[in-house]
Amino acid sequence: MTEQITLTPRQRQDLRTIAAMIIPPSEEYRVPGADDEIIQADILATLGRDTRPVVAALDHLARLAGMPLADLEAAARDGVVQQFRSSGGAATLVRVVLQCYYRDDRVLRSLGLELRAPFPRGYVLPDGDWSLLDPVKARGGALRRAP
Amino acid sequence: MKDPVDVLIIGAGASGAAVAWSLAETKMHILCLEQGGWMNPAEYPSTGRDWEAKFYGEWSSSPNVRGRPEDYPINDDNSPIKVVNYNAVGGSTVMYTAHWPRLHPSDFKVKTLDGVADDWPIDYDALTPFFDENDRMMGTSGLSGDPLSPLTHPPMPQQPMGLSGAIIGRAMNKLGWHWWPSDTTVATMDYEGRARCINLGHCTPACAQGAKSSTDITYWPHAVRAGVELRTHCRVREITTDESGMASGVVYYDKDGVEQFQPAHVVIIACNGVGTPRLLLNSASGRFPNGLANSSGLVGKNLMFHPYAQIYGYVKEPTDSNRAPPTCLWSKEWYDTDLSRGFVRGYGVQFVRGAGPVFEAVVSEQKGILPWGADHHRVFRKLNGHRLGFSAICEDLPEEHNRVTLDPVLKDSHGIPAPKIDYTISENSRKMMEHALARGREVLETAGATDICVNSPIPWGGWHLLGTARMGTDPERSVVNEWGRSHDVKNLFIVDGSIFVTSGGVNPTSTIQALALYIADQMKQRLANLFD
Repeated sequence: MTEQITLTPRQRQDLRTIAAMIIPPSEEYRVPGADDEIIQADILATLGRDTRPVVAALDHLARLAGMPLADLEAAARDGVVQQFRSSGGAATLVRVVLQCYYRDDRVLRSLGLELRAPFPRGYVLPDGDWSLLDPVKARGGALRRAP
Repeated sequence: MKDPVDVLIIGAGASGAAVAWSLAETKMHILCLEQGGWMNPAEYPSTGRDWEAKFYGEWSSSPNVRGRPEDYPINDDNSPIKVVNYNAVGGSTVMYTAHWPRLHPSDFKVKTLDGVADDWPIDYDALTPFFDENDRMMGTSGLSGDPLSPLTHPPMPQQPMGLSGAIIGRAMNKLGWHWWPSDTTVATMDYEGRARCINLGHCTPACAQGAKSSTDITYWPHAVRAGVELRTHCRVREITTDESGMASGVVYYDKDGVEQFQPAHVVIIACNGVGTPRLLLNSASGRFPNGLANSSGLVGKNLMFHPYAQIYGYVKEPTDSNRAPPTCLWSKEWYDTDLSRGFVRGYGVQFVRGAGPVFEAVVSEQKGILPWGADHHRVFRKLNGHRLGFSAICEDLPEEHNRVTLDPVLKDSHGIPAPKIDYTISENSRKMMEHALARGREVLETAGATDICVNSPIPWGGWHLLGTARMGTDPERSVVNEWGRSHDVKNLFIVDGSIFVTSGGVNPTSTIQALALYIADQMKQRLANLFD
């Protein structure tokens, strides 16, 4: 039977706090922060094989903070996060935040991207102006001779 | 006991498929054992909104990350370049960029021309008809007439230039450097039952449209229709030999994990540059204590990867991002030896169109150019959809200390010892990579790119697995002869990238398959005296 690992309430809280520090909401671009409820739910629902390294990263973060990250003063919180990033082990956590954020409908819409999978419609590419190759053709050249 | 087959092929990837198809016309009983299964394109990443996230898990190019039951682990801790591959019907052609250059004629005469490494025992002309046959079977697209590449006749027109290609082309023209639309195995029109490319995005992790050529949809349907038996989810543990030192068959684990013995009159290995030496070393016996076909001691040695020197940056105008196959143009400007550059041999270049939003965010954050906090959004919008890349495929020369051995501890799910990689990048390669990065920077800056970043080598760039069972005429200096037969075991053949003598500076799959077809042709011509 596969071992089921889930995040504790404290870990979820810290995940939400650090996600907002990575990507805060923006009124200018009309996008939520990565602490948004829907994005957080997507992260938790799709952690899968990343659960273990994310839990390890959050445990490390908790040791550095000594209390819930959100309860720290802003300057202290920034210091802890800086230490967290420089001491390694944050990569998977950051990646799962980014990969869920950049597939959220509101975020993709703000980026001008279509809300769909690539298949089956695909995309159209301009064929381009192949006369750009004319200088290469004019210059010519030859393969190195092999004896 | 099972009835013996005439020919047993191990591995259903690029070379196994080609050799199976070619030999099928002999009407011999041909069996292929493949550790993976048939792929289901409906499950390919581009069918889902989470397509990019899958690259970090079940669709990673690294078997160690992917960890599917069909994969075997590889200890590559002692290598700056990590092995990537795919195990299924189609092998790594399921998961490749479909970039389709071939070795140049000069690549077969490296010793004669440049005084390094060794010449191949065959020349380019010997492979020419098989390159052409393979291009028809795989279905290539491109533009004939590149002055700095061997002449090809792709049956389909080149891919669109797109936004990225035009920016690169203009920059290369300003610098007076060679560039050309790449030959690829991406179908640009409907071809032999394959639908044309609709630009689903990055081709590497399989093509749901079927426009990218992989051997599960090209060679294999033909081979199976011609009578070749393909048994999937069968992992070969070892090749056995009889009292006369001939290969007698293989021991394998079937789909239920049950050990089986399959006798065979001829065994062909098509497991590529890591899987093949692993199998030969795992086939050691009293008669062959150092591994099968290893009287030269060269099995596993001379591993060549092609160190990739990659440099990329961001231009103001939009690029093609993920909305197209990743590679569209190549350059051979620095392919041949010019000793004034400070190194021998050279490199090919493949230009990269761009990246999708998740990949862009993850990589840029890791590189430190995408900040956390309030400025994240502004910077991301500057980067996303504006990337251009320059990747140099540097010729790796054979060195015996770069090698595949058996890991004393690590084993796969069947308990078979896993391969261990020991590899270092040579001084010559390092100078070549530095040269390539400097040229790439010039190209990018000419194109107006900023925020330039470097991956040198690309750490997860061990796509090309070459040289670990090299071909040659001297049994003391090679593992197989000039037509792929083991010097030591006369009914054992190798047809994959492990028989490369040198690596050239291009993606090798076209040449691997041409070699497989050439060896099959040699076998067919010698059927009456194949073991003499």
